[in-house]
Amino acid sequence: MSDPILELRDVKTHFPVTQGFIFKRHLGTVKAVDGVNLTLGRGEVLGLVGESGCGKSTLARTIMRLVPTTAGSVVLEGKNLTGADADTARELGRKMQMVFQDPYASLNPRLTIYATLAEPLLVHRMCPPADVPARVAELMEVVGLAPRFMQKYPHEFSGGQRQRIAIARALALQPRIIIADEPVSALDVSIQAQILNLLAELGRKMNLSLIFIAHDLSVVKHISDRIAVMYLGKIVELGPAADVIERPQHPYTRALVSAIPTPNPDTERARQRIVLPGDPPSPINPPAGCNFHPRCPHAQEKCKATEPPLIPGEPGRTVACVRLGEI
Amino acid sequence: MSLLTVNDLRTYFHTRNGVYRAVDGVSFSVARGETLGIVGESGSGKSVTCYSLMGLVPQPPGRIESGTAMFDGVDLLHCSPAESCRIRGKRIAMIFQDPMTSLNPYLRISEQLIEPLLIHEKLSKAEAIRRGLEALEAVGINDPAKRMSLYPHEFSGGMRQRVMIAMALITKPELLIADEPTTALDVTVQAQILELIKKMQRELGMAVIFITHDLGVVSGLCDRVQVMYAGRIVETTDTRTLFYQPKHPYTRALQRSIPSLQPKGSELYTIRGMPPDLSKPLPGCPFAPRCEFAVEKCITTPVRLTEVAPGHSHACLRAQLGEI
Repeated sequence: MSDPILELRDVKTHFPVTQGFIFKRHLGTVKAVDGVNLTLGRGEVLGLVGESGCGKSTLARTIMRLVPTTAGSVVLEGKNLTGADADTARELGRKMQMVFQDPYASLNPRLTIYATLAEPLLVHRMCPPADVPARVAELMEVVGLAPRFMQKYPHEFSGGQRQRIAIARALALQPRIIIADEPVSALDVSIQAQILNLLAELGRKMNLSLIFIAHDLSVVKHISDRIAVMYLGKIVELGPAADVIERPQHPYTRALVSAIPTPNPDTERARQRIVLPGDPPSPINPPAGCNFHPRCPHAQEKCKATEPPLIPGEPGRTVACVRLGEI
Repeated sequence: MSLLTVNDLRTYFHTRNGVYRAVDGVSFSVARGETLGIVGESGSGKSVTCYSLMGLVPQPPGRIESGTAMFDGVDLLHCSPAESCRIRGKRIAMIFQDPMTSLNPYLRISEQLIEPLLIHEKLSKAEAIRRGLEALEAVGINDPAKRMSLYPHEFSGGMRQRVMIAMALITKPELLIADEPTTALDVTVQAQILELIKKMQRELGMAVIFITHDLGVVSGLCDRVQVMYAGRIVETTDTRTLFYQPKHPYTRALQRSIPSLQPKGSELYTIRGMPPDLSKPLPGCPFAPRCEFAVEKCITTPVRLTEVAPGHSHACLRAQLGEI
């Protein structure tokens, strides 16, 4: 990619696990994000998938600087965010906004929609105070809500409408990047389709880059240009969306794809499903070598010994598996 | 001969804001060994239907206004408490969506797991523990002897759901009601649990009512599916017909809004508007205000679930008349 808008260089986010209040004992470290390299192009939609606990939300929060980075750097439009002073970081941070999973919890129930949308405009001095009402009305129209609902409270809206408000709030600061953390998981299918269409349309119209986090692979495939698959804090496969889903190369991606139930009875019944044994291991004591080897149907001795680097697979694809050519 | 026959079930909630008709005239039956899927969006009444059968609707504000549910000659809705106790948890078992909240956090797994055996089969504690170990083993929990004495918080989500299934199946029920059992789980764990339910169903020969909003889950698991909307059944048929020749506009719209069935990057079909307010009277088809095929008579004329082909019924006036 010639001119990435966002670049992650070997980003690590670790959380210490301690016991005791006064005499804290260090029990271990949760390596939630452990050495992630990623680039995001202008106007690109990057899908991030993985099971719960794989670190996809922590990665999003690390990019947004909602949690401190342990090592590595986040570079936005050529400027390093991790080392920046507070003012610069705030100014740069304005260009990235987040939409959260639960539209019931991410809006302040005591603020009207007007107050929710006006706050970022006033804090960041996006427009003269006199123009705020007009700008709020414009934002509501952009996400498909009638401006006459401006004085209502979040509880008066349905889940889908609340998610629209959350998107309008993210758009208020005219960001270049939107990070959407499971934005449709809490919604019904018919409402989910509306929100997906809205995000895709906004991305096109405003040339926004989008990091779309979800556990539903069919949703991610539909909206993304590229997909990154995470397992236990690391990216195991990265490549063009349709290729990754249709011809997965990493054994974990294969299992993940085969686990999705498809709404098609004939193919669904004929299909051989790869059922992975057990649960994902604890990120406090990840297995040695390849993180995935205890559950991998193709694991060998060498998988336990060395941590696999991301190596090129099919065109445009990188895969972290030492047995890539063999399986 | 069907195992369970529900006829004209109506469950209303009497709230301060009016009477909310959560389930409004639902009739269906389940044969022995059959898997019936109930599909619908939030608020369509799919859970309340099953809660009514199990006597789990909080009364008040809920009230079962009418209907019968014949389970092997006993009306579940009108039988004595003693009779319903003999059936619930023994011959009909239920598993719930959230394995975090449906296990008692204060009790060890062993105590919760063997409770149905102590109550229904009057087994000694030692014998019940032995059966409990077998049940845990059957659902794929390693080292059951050690795990029996743990508390629910020491298990992961998928393991808890396995414990729930073991508990539900320990009395070898004839009917299992599964209310979105995999919604809170990851896809790889979901695949494990679905395989487990299929395996246990084959072994015990039980019937399963599987409630879900995920059409993908239904397609691999169920023999028959009924689609619910606004407290009513709008279409019911075998799984293949539902996916390949759906008749009701709501079923079709639901399928068109699933991303995986559409070409990538295309705009997804969306159903305009919102589900109706169930406290307001709906004289005609409840889907009419959002339906792209609706005409005047759809809004005013009551429509009944009518059989259009053997085993295929739907409640669309215009499709019944052959207009669409």
